[in-house]
Amino acid sequence: MPNAINIALIPLLPFAGFLLLGLFGKKFFGKTAGLIGTALLLVSCLLAFQTAYEYFFVYGKVNGAYQQFVPLQFVWLQFSQSLSIDMGLMIDPISVVMLVVVTFVSLMVHIYSLGYMKGETRFPVYYAFLGLFSFSMLGLVLASNIFQIYIFWELVGVSSFLLIGFYYEKPSAVAASKKAFIVTRFADFGFLIGILILSYCSNTLSFTELIQRLTTPGSAELQTAAGYSFLGISALTWGAALVFIGGAGKSAMFPLHIWLPDAMEGPTPVSALIHAATMVVAGVYLVARLFPVFAITTPEVLEGIGWVGAVSAIIAAVIACTQTDIKRVLAYSTMSQIGYMMFALGVSKYGGEEGLGYTASIFHLFTHAMFKALLFLGAGSVIHYVHSNEMKDMGGLRKFLPVTHITFLIACLAIAGVPPLAGFFSKEEILLAAYQHNQAIYYIALITSGITAFYMFRLYFNIFWSKPHHPHGEHHGEGGFVMTLPLVLLALGALFAGFIPFGTLVSSDGKPLESHFHLSFSIAPVALGLAGIFTAMALYKSQNEKPARISATMGGLYTAAYHKFYIDELYLFITKKILFNLVGRPAAWFDRNVVDGLVNVTGNITLTVSEGIKKMQSGKVQQYGIYVLSAVIVLSVLFIYVW
Amino acid sequence: MNELLLLMKNELMVTAIIFLLLFIKVGKGMSNDRLLPLVQTLLLANLVLGCFFNQEGSLFGNMYHTTPLIALQKSILGLGVYLISLVCSDWLKKTEHLAEFFLLMLSALLGMYLLISGGNLLIFYLSLELATIPVAAMANFDLDKKRSSEGAMKLILSSAFSSGILLFGISLIYGITGTISFSELPQLADGSSLFIMAFIFLFSALAFKLSIVPFHLWTADVYEGAPVPVTAFLSVVSKGAVAFVLMTVLYKVFQPIESTWYLLVVILSVASMLIGNLFAVRQQNIKRFLAFSSIAQVGFILVGVSSGDIGSSTAVVYFVLVYLFSNLAAFGVATVIAAYSGKENINDYKGLYQTNPFLSWVMALALFSLAGIPPTAGFFGKLFLLTAGGSKGSYIYLLIAALNMIISLYYYLRVVRAMFMDKNETPVPAIQTGASAKLGLIICGIGIVLTGMMGWIYDYIQSLH
Repeated sequence: MPNAINIALIPLLPFAGFLLLGLFGKKFFGKTAGLIGTALLLVSCLLAFQTAYEYFFVYGKVNGAYQQFVPLQFVWLQFSQSLSIDMGLMIDPISVVMLVVVTFVSLMVHIYSLGYMKGETRFPVYYAFLGLFSFSMLGLVLASNIFQIYIFWELVGVSSFLLIGFYYEKPSAVAASKKAFIVTRFADFGFLIGILILSYCSNTLSFTELIQRLTTPGSAELQTAAGYSFLGISALTWGAALVFIGGAGKSAMFPLHIWLPDAMEGPTPVSALIHAATMVVAGVYLVARLFPVFAITTPEVLEGIGWVGAVSAIIAAVIACTQTDIKRVLAYSTMSQIGYMMFALGVSKYGGEEGLGYTASIFHLFTHAMFKALLFLGAGSVIHYVHSNEMKDMGGLRKFLPVTHITFLIACLAIAGVPPLAGFFSKEEILLAAYQHNQAIYYIALITSGITAFYMFRLYFNIFWSKPHHPHGEHHGEGGFVMTLPLVLLALGALFAGFIPFGTLVSSDGKPLESHFHLSFSIAPVALGLAGIFTAMALYKSQNEKPARISATMGGLYTAAYHKFYIDELYLFITKKILFNLVGRPAAWFDRNVVDGLVNVTGNITLTVSEGIKKMQSGKVQQYGIYVLSAVIVLSVLFIYVW
Repeated sequence: MNELLLLMKNELMVTAIIFLLLFIKVGKGMSNDRLLPLVQTLLLANLVLGCFFNQEGSLFGNMYHTTPLIALQKSILGLGVYLISLVCSDWLKKTEHLAEFFLLMLSALLGMYLLISGGNLLIFYLSLELATIPVAAMANFDLDKKRSSEGAMKLILSSAFSSGILLFGISLIYGITGTISFSELPQLADGSSLFIMAFIFLFSALAFKLSIVPFHLWTADVYEGAPVPVTAFLSVVSKGAVAFVLMTVLYKVFQPIESTWYLLVVILSVASMLIGNLFAVRQQNIKRFLAFSSIAQVGFILVGVSSGDIGSSTAVVYFVLVYLFSNLAAFGVATVIAAYSGKENINDYKGLYQTNPFLSWVMALALFSLAGIPPTAGFFGKLFLLTAGGSKGSYIYLLIAALNMIISLYYYLRVVRAMFMDKNETPVPAIQTGASAKLGLIICGIGIVLTGMMGWIYDYIQSLH
């Protein structure tokens, strides 16, 4: 059986770090703050690996299928007999995989930050925030009921807000953290309503019971829920769709993605943690967590999820080709890859071979965490070296940053889907699942994989090749051991994570899934990937005029993509022009003339009335007596003769 | 004999403390610095004693009756007195007649204990007097202030008047039914016009003590004139006790005329909320402000009282507990500030946060809780009151209550704004809060936060029914 204490310690240790460093960091720890945070996370990470090992190989499999365990459950708030909010830990394949991913990447980021953030005045605060974030994310992963996941979901939002806005002297950082917070808040509002609908329909908050009640055909709850509808759409569909909107906000799915590129204002290791491996995949995790409900009860919502994922994947990939800020390229790339995970879930069905998409999605989540965190940390090293985010300030860095160069190349190959690196295997599974269930999405995905290879190598060549680099001033190289070690470890992950037989561990119904390898099927994506790489090589390996000419001939398309298809402007237009003029102006008029008028009238009435009553409050005790007596008499008369 | 000791343990304990104080006073006397901790310890012991050996039982031929729920209500009142002795210790230490002050306060507390446990109208009347007359003497404790004597005089005259009406009502009831026992009255109540009149007379006495509109007129003058600890006692402990006994009287004794008292409670609670709020908006003096806001709060308690099932009495007991923490925290801060700077106006609180962050935070927490802002306990208290009141299905009534919650938000936040946002050239200087006052404020603060978070408190109260 799972060891509840060990599992509970996984989120609690980072939280202890947060408390310790948050309260006493500045006074007592100073520079050692980082070491303390890292040490706590190391223990947490080891515990996560131990949990994963024991779950997958010792006790998890019963009767040939992986089971859900709830090793710890207690009532947090009891409002009435039927309504209580519990706190618990849930152990099942996806939560265990996420535990490993989150603690491992978080540990890498902790180590890396020892070098990257050295000398920051608010160093202990930074580590305190990292601890808070890790705690919230791990709590989210382990949540055993839908309300608990919401609480941690919000905590994740708050702590990422703190981390993105860490450089709070920079106005752009503050604006970005605000934007991230507000956009995701909108989505979270949908999420909350969705939670309320689902839990109302199922009469429970616990995941296990909720899924069981809402997926058993003919269950009492399902029949009652079928009775409710709004605008001709059933309540369950609304609930599931709203929950997905919450997930889409956090996972930066189109069209709620606008916060993600701006959020790159935060420290780069933070981006590696939040925007590569953890918070942004929370939406995927949420859909996976409630997958049976989506797949069995509301397949129409799941289909929508598939399309949202596919559209996000290709739009983000096209935008990524035109960006010049390397972190923004990575941000759009993340969005595109999460699109992959989403549509993989969208094309999946529940159970057996049909559930391949589910397995593939979690598999890709796992491998993507490795290479995307690596890319971000590598980008961090580059930025650390050249003190700029712009591609034009880079080029020819391969001699100066050898470790970064090699590891970055590995990550690029992995994300481009070149065999036998990690990204190849997970992407193949996703494409296979799409091919089997939705051909249209399959072709979108295929094209996207070609574009992915292109923009990743555009990035790679622009940073490490292109023009020769002339070092000037003093440079501190790659930041020493603490900054290269995480790169190497993550590169090992990006190299070998693909060989894990994921289908035997994670599947939609818990029963192991044989993954078949189709050589013929792999030809098309790999060929497209290589074509993308070679195109990028031809264009960007050395400085030349070709890219400029191409972008000139592409004209409108290039400009549109460069401006991120004007989605930000569209939002501005909607909020500023339409909302402001059509809603804001009349509302302001209404406010000025009607509400203020009412308020003034109320105020006047209040004043007049209280002037009147004030006379009663004369201070003369004999008058008080008369009033009391008359009140008694009036009440008696009323109750005896009137009622 | 054993049963007597067990069932009346709290009454006996308080009586023992009263005698001890009397002996100390008659004997050599004791300095305030030593007497205050002694009394505080004894009150704490009383509180601890209230937690054990609670059982159901009757004494003296049903004249005295107790249950675990009644024991809990007594403990809540005891907690109120203990907290007053803590948060007001800065004021108490300065007073000249500390022993007498506690003598009076504990006598009133004893009266309240007997009031809650009373099993017939005679005990009801006697204990109500015992719970009132000492308070009038306490209100006079600022001996050099004219307003204090004036308030005391008004309190004693008004309460004598309401006692007269109460006695009239009791004698009518006795005349109609021929009994004064609570357990026999429900069977004999005939619901005639005379009986309803007698009920309204009796109710008006309780309404007077709870300062429900229109029986509230004495409140503002007395609250403003009396020293802060007395005001706190009047507005928290005394109201809590009467709210408890009101439920017993309505639910048990006047059960047969439920439809009448339901309507009466609804009308008076709406009036209390509205008038209390309208007045509170205009007040400048912090004590008057808290006095009027407490009238509105009592209106809220009546919302819970109105429905008359287990849920409503649970909600009321829970709310009184929450209200006790919140209001005592607010009064505590007001006492500390009044004791050191003599300032009692809301305008004087401007910029308090710059000089006294601790006091400001406690005050803000207390006001948030009084206003019912989540996640403070006040929010849950009001939520439960509203759900309890909602069980009878009159949604307009609930809407009025909810609207009043919003109005009250405005004036509670006004004080918060004054403390945190307004600038002041000459704010109240930094105050060195005494250790026991600080302890009391911290207990109140923890109570405000935790009572709401811990659902089992509500469950526990419900389980006692």
